[in-house]
Amino acid sequence: MCRGHVLICWPFFFLQTHSLQDLRHQAAVAAKVFIQRDYTNGTLCQFQTKFPSELETKIDKQQFEETMRTLNNLYAEAEKLGSQSYVEGCLACLTAYTIFLCIETHYEKVLKKIAKYIQEQNDKVYAPRGLLLTDPLERGLRVIEITIFEDRSLTQ
Amino acid sequence: MKMVLKKTPKKRKWETFPGRNKFYCDGRIMMAKQTGVFYLTLVLILVTCGLFFTFDCWFLAEQLTPIIPVIGAVLFLFVIGTLLRTSFSDPGVLPRATPDEAADLERQIDVANGSTGYRPPPRTKEVVINGQTVKLKYCFTCKIFRPPRASHCSLCDNCVERFDHHCPWVGNCVGKRNYRFFYMFILSLSFLTVFIFAFVITHIILNSQRIGFLSALKDSPVVVCFFSVWSIVGLSGFHTYLISSNQTTNEDIKGSWSSKRSKDNYNPYSYGNIFTNCCAALCGPLPPSEQVAAIWASICMHACGHRLSGSFPPTLPIPHRPEGAFSLFLQFSCSVL
Repeated sequence: MCRGHVLICWPFFFLQTHSLQDLRHQAAVAAKVFIQRDYTNGTLCQFQTKFPSELETKIDKQQFEETMRTLNNLYAEAEKLGSQSYVEGCLACLTAYTIFLCIETHYEKVLKKIAKYIQEQNDKVYAPRGLLLTDPLERGLRVIEITIFEDRSLTQ
Repeated sequence: MKMVLKKTPKKRKWETFPGRNKFYCDGRIMMAKQTGVFYLTLVLILVTCGLFFTFDCWFLAEQLTPIIPVIGAVLFLFVIGTLLRTSFSDPGVLPRATPDEAADLERQIDVANGSTGYRPPPRTKEVVINGQTVKLKYCFTCKIFRPPRASHCSLCDNCVERFDHHCPWVGNCVGKRNYRFFYMFILSLSFLTVFIFAFVITHIILNSQRIGFLSALKDSPVVVCFFSVWSIVGLSGFHTYLISSNQTTNEDIKGSWSSKRSKDNYNPYSYGNIFTNCCAALCGPLPPSEQVAAIWASICMHACGHRLSGSFPPTLPIPHRPEGAFSLFLQFSCSVL
């Protein structure tokens, strides 16, 4: 089902995100910033929280770091080695991994949460400032792509 | 208001996949280009088990116990299940850099190096992981700095996360996402081959008591899995060692964390104890595939001047599974633990 179709049915949300979509299609892309992975704690999915210089005029440093910290915490929660992941793993092994066809893993649940959080951040914080966060899952969890749109489209 | 919808052709991610993998069943199955040896593996397993169930099981069920064919059947199904799971799943392929990302990286490298001579300097980045310095190499094909433990498979032409090796027997790379299936496959195959071997010998011995050894040997099919037992059991043992020390085949072959290199060359990815290493490798969380068939690369719908985007921002449609009793049981048991 097309996301746009859903937006038509929910006029409130449509109004909120219509400007976002206009931004994406009508505004020109000025630049793209790529937040790379932070490997200091191993291969766990963590992104660098260093504030890029290109965003200095666009957004608050605290706001950006807050977003990055929340994302890092969510990814840490997804990859946590806890009792739930062990039980899931053992049950999956006993059922020759057919159980993955029936239930949603903890990782997938947290990824959904992350997608929702990114959407929410885009709507509330980044779009009004002419920015767009791309879900890192689209890039194989390698980078967070931040698109900077040209300022003149906001004044139209 | 009349809405005129015009669909542009939808392209799924696997249809525009740049590597050499082959996709089947609308992108749900992902394999390497050469799959001949995989079919050989399947045929060998099916023929050996077929011969065992046809010639030996009846005799053993009568003479000893009918549980023998039941255990044999369970092992056989587990082996086939894990083999297909290993062969058909995405090993953890890293998507190649978008043109913007590649340009950004090039810019950063130029800034870091300063001059632009004729010979581009070797592109490496050093990171410190748990106190150990690890070099990240730049992949010229994928245009990314490979994450730690990732490697580029020349056969599949992809960078794979936590690359173990390319296994022609399963017709796929073995990496982050399918290593546990591969290990379960070789472990269960070891049990199956030892099981079959042991009971074929038992059959020959029991038969030879009645009709003499040579006649018994003539009646029983040649022990086909004799040589494969040793190689498969050996391979399982090797991978058990790798799992317990949290290494990949690639790292072991290169001697990356060998104490022979230097005393300070320890494995930064190891959790310190064998139990945690095993649990992490086999029961740890399983990341989703980036090549899932359901991802739409681009959907555009035009309606009367309103431009609506189908996926904005692009989201991964994680399959919805019923939040059934089983899932609730899982959550309950975890909260109890």
